[in-house]
Amino acid sequence: MARMKLVLVGNGMAGIRTLEELLKSAPDMYDITVFGDEPHPNYNRIMLSPVLAGEQTVEQIVLNGRDWYAGHGIALHTGKRVVKIDRGNRFVEADDGTRASYDRLLLATGSKPFILPVPGADLDGVVGFRDIADVDHMIRASAQYKHAVVIGGGLLGLEAANGLKQRGMEVSVVHIGDWLLERQLDEPAARLLQQNLEAKGLKFLLRKQTRELVRGESGRVCAVQFKDGETAPADLVVMAVGIRPNTALAESAGLQCQRGIVVNDTMQTFDPRIYAVGECVNHRGIAYGLVAPLFEQAKVCANHLAEHGVGIYRGSMTSTKLKVTGIDLFSAGNFMGGEGTEEIVFQDPGRGAYKKLVLQDNKLAGACLYGDTLDGAWYFELMRDGTDVSDFRDKLLFGRHHIGDSGAGGGLGDEKTRLLAMPDSAEICGCNGVCKGDIVKSIRDKKLFTLDEVRAHTKASASCGSCTGLVETLLAATVGGDYSTAPSKKPLCGCTEHTHDEIRAAIAEQGLKTMADTMQALGWQTPDGCNKCRPALNYYLLCAWPGEYRDDAQSRFINERAHGNIQKDGSFSVVPRMFGGLCTPAELRAIADVADKFQVPEMKVTGGQRIDLFGVKKEDLPAMWQDLSAAGFVSGHAYGKAMRTVKTCVGAKWCRFGTQDSTGLGVKLEELTWGSWMPHKFKLAVSGCPRNCAEATIKDFGVVCVDSGYELHIGGNGGIKVRVTDLLCRVATEEEVLEYCAAFTQLYREEAHYLERTAPWVERVGLAHVKARVVEDEASRKALAERFRLSQEPAQVDPWKERTEGALTREFTPIQVSA
Amino acid sequence: MTDWIEVAKLEDIPRQGARVARTAVGDIALFRTLDDQVFALRDQCPHKGGPLSQGIVSGHKVACPLHDWKIALDTGIAQAPDEGCAARYPVRLENGVVRLSLSPDEGCPNG
Ligand code: SRM
Ligand SMILES: Cc1cc2nc3c(=O)[nH]c(=O)nc-3n(C[C@H](O)[C@H](O)[C@H](O)COP(=O)(O)OP(=O)(O)OC[C@H]3O[C@@H](n4cnc5c(N)ncnc54)[C@H](O)[C@@H]3O)c2cc1C
Ligand code: SF4
Ligand code: FES
Repeated sequence: MARMKLVLVGNGMAGIRTLEELLKSAPDMYDITVFGDEPHPNYNRIMLSPVLAGEQTVEQIVLNGRDWYAGHGIALHTGKRVVKIDRGNRFVEADDGTRASYDRLLLATGSKPFILPVPGADLDGVVGFRDIADVDHMIRASAQYKHAVVIGGGLLGLEAANGLKQRGMEVSVVHIGDWLLERQLDEPAARLLQQNLEAKGLKFLLRKQTRELVRGESGRVCAVQFKDGETAPADLVVMAVGIRPNTALAESAGLQCQRGIVVNDTMQTFDPRIYAVGECVNHRGIAYGLVAPLFEQAKVCANHLAEHGVGIYRGSMTSTKLKVTGIDLFSAGNFMGGEGTEEIVFQDPGRGAYKKLVLQDNKLAGACLYGDTLDGAWYFELMRDGTDVSDFRDKLLFGRHHIGDSGAGGGLGDEKTRLLAMPDSAEICGCNGVCKGDIVKSIRDKKLFTLDEVRAHTKASASCGSCTGLVETLLAATVGGDYSTAPSKKPLCGCTEHTHDEIRAAIAEQGLKTMADTMQALGWQTPDGCNKCRPALNYYLLCAWPGEYRDDAQSRFINERAHGNIQKDGSFSVVPRMFGGLCTPAELRAIADVADKFQVPEMKVTGGQRIDLFGVKKEDLPAMWQDLSAAGFVSGHAYGKAMRTVKTCVGAKWCRFGTQDSTGLGVKLEELTWGSWMPHKFKLAVSGCPRNCAEATIKDFGVVCVDSGYELHIGGNGGIKVRVTDLLCRVATEEEVLEYCAAFTQLYREEAHYLERTAPWVERVGLAHVKARVVEDEASRKALAERFRLSQEPAQVDPWKERTEGALTREFTPIQVSA
Repeated sequence: MTDWIEVAKLEDIPRQGARVARTAVGDIALFRTLDDQVFALRDQCPHKGGPLSQGIVSGHKVACPLHDWKIALDTGIAQAPDEGCAARYPVRLENGVVRLSLSPDEGCPNG
């Protein structure tokens, strides 16, 4: 049977969601053609706000790339605007003449920003906030100009203002009403919001009406003038005063439109072959401007396009959130109250929290929450279901976990406790209508581990992202059993929402081998990370793929990049390695020669039993190391998140108390471990007897020799917070010491968070865990030790060898400018 | 009129990194960002004079290697809550050639 032809006009959120739903239930029914007048494939319009704020990139917000269209055999025409629908002959025509005929036509043309009809509205520098082109325009302006005025204190306006502020502009928000977001918040909540935003540096001009946008000398807008005669400087004006359904095309084809294309409960227009969904639609008198209802429309529409003929769209109740990082607000229903309603209000301005519930006929009619919004979804559910709340009215304000099934509650409880107390039917993701039960089930059944996987499988938190925290908590709670080491919920840094553990797991499980791939796969919110995450990722990748991953010098702190420790005056210090603290006259002479030759201002014996040369100019480093290498020295890594020193005492060879050759063992340990990159610095020591002159019991790995063999100590720290080691075990031979040391070191390398020394790591995971992996389980110990040995093969190359041999010297050479 | 001096090829500066240009008016740090834009700042942190050229470059900012102040490459201004500014030098990138002017932009108190 020949397939029917379906044409979609509007490559946006509602239209493509309808296709996704349709392809799920009837993948082979239609030949599909899509027209979009934007040059991009389908992207997440909601996320334009984070893009503007520099928290995400355009690439990150693409929902379906071109390969998705190709994979489903969909003909995609981007950058083409449909200008004509010929209903008689059933085809559409685009502005470049492209035609496509249809059996079914789907209109999803969205809406357009409303531009105030004031003089100057067409000047250069005046934009709406709707698509990628608008965002590009704003980003370019923010790089060049200083003053921005956003007209409109609604959700879109505030997100635009926040974004421009993040980009370094001075931003004023002009609003005609008495308070911000008056369609979403009551006055007290709006005041809290305003205070918060003012603290972020935004300015507000309330009760102002715009009279004119003033033209500057260059022809670009230069100011906004108000009806009261005042003006505000403006090199950029963003109009965010509302949207208008985009119905021109439908009207020109004679379809009935009235503040939107009029559709029935099956999303059909007055022409039964033509369907419409999204913001361009008027359903029962309402045109929606949020994605949740549009996605419901998409479901119903797809159901009818697939000719299942059941779904009915009855309209949606909507709730609101604002996507400004650090601000939580939620509102739904009739939150202003009025005749015949009662209000329950909780205010704690000190904590910045406000809650107001509006009751009518023993039912919840509206809610407005600021600061603490976790129960928003529950209130929304009570409203939608029309639940009679008289039984628990006294506890309503304190949230779901305070009533019934969750047992005794005291205090407001933390987010996790409250989330776990929610029933499976509780809605977590409002945009996509995903319930707690769906998420937990997917995590379990499909063995999901990362936030991105949950997004991909359930769509929870995949649209506006404001429920990300809840989804993560569910993820942590659900997979928690397998990860008894309880990953702390703290993200690595501001560029990502993932924790150290999640990132390491994803690198291993998804086979991520470059920094760019990792950032891409885990949805990094910045194009190239920051100086917190890049060094961490570089280490994690290096540890996961020894010999394979190409170290990224630009992601290392200068000390590790230049193999010296930067000093307060910008010079560097040089510490050649002296294995076990042993040295020969020839070596000392070589160091002395180098110090003379390069006029080193100061030398010192360090606490790590070797010699430090201070005040070396960066450009002298390569030449100096050439001499040191010739004398047989390698870098001491005194600057690195790396294996540092092995401190030893004299031991049995000379000392009258010595029980074993502590110096010799120290040299062997240093030969085993030098060159290894670590989560943090790592120090060892070997003492020849329990008098412990090498202070082995405050080292990351310490050995105390005794008559019968060796005591192995771990997790000590002599630094900021002194911690005495834990005794790991006792062993009889030097071979065992080396094997246990390699295994312990590797366990630390594989499991600790970047910048976590062994002391806090051991406290976090517990000594029992370390013993289980290194002492009690021989196979595990041997495997760890073997992995350490393998990782050392590419690591034990003296950094100075490659540098003095020519590669990479440019790092050390200034460009001479002689003009 | 601005005197533009050719100082380097784009590829002489590591991406997400910097080079130091040693000039008659002192050291100037030339930064190259991930998106291949080039910026030039006096190689002195407004905090305690740290060499900004030695910091980690991410996005359009550099983290000073001494005490981790973040300096915006396009303006030289320190990220709040820190306050200060490193003088900015006009720099042009054309056909892979980096040209620098030795007269700092106005507007920076440390200029
Ligand atoms: C050179 C040396 C002092 C000396 O003259 O003896 C030294 C110098 C520095 N130490 Fe240290 N530490 C030195 C031995 C120690 C020791 C003693 C030891 O290793 O036996 C400790 C305590 C033991 C320990 O680590 O558990 C020590 C605990 C620290 C700490 C605190 C670490 C902690 O976990 O709390 C820091 C700060 C840090 O690493 O974040 C630090 C950081 C530093 C830095 C790197 C500060 C910096 O980032 O610029 C200093 C570099 C000075 C410079 O300009 O070059 N240094 N530092 C020692 C070098 C030993 C070596 O040969 O490699
Ligand atoms: C900055 C911003 C933030 C937002 N934040 C949120 C939020 O947090 N939560 C939320 O629920 N909603 C939010 N929204 C609203 C949400 O993005 C919209 O409700 C949703 O995108 C509407 O989907 P749509 O498919 O109807 O329209 P669109 O996504 O706009 O898609 C319509 C597409 O059709 C194209 N088109 C129009 N006419 C033609 C033609 N004749 N030929 C070819 N192509 C045509 C348009 O260019 C457009 O690409 C936000 C919107 C913006 C702009
Ligand atoms: S103790 Fe403090 S001052 Fe002394 S070397 Fe260590 S870090 Fe520097
Ligand atoms: S000198 Fe730059 S942060 Fe202190």
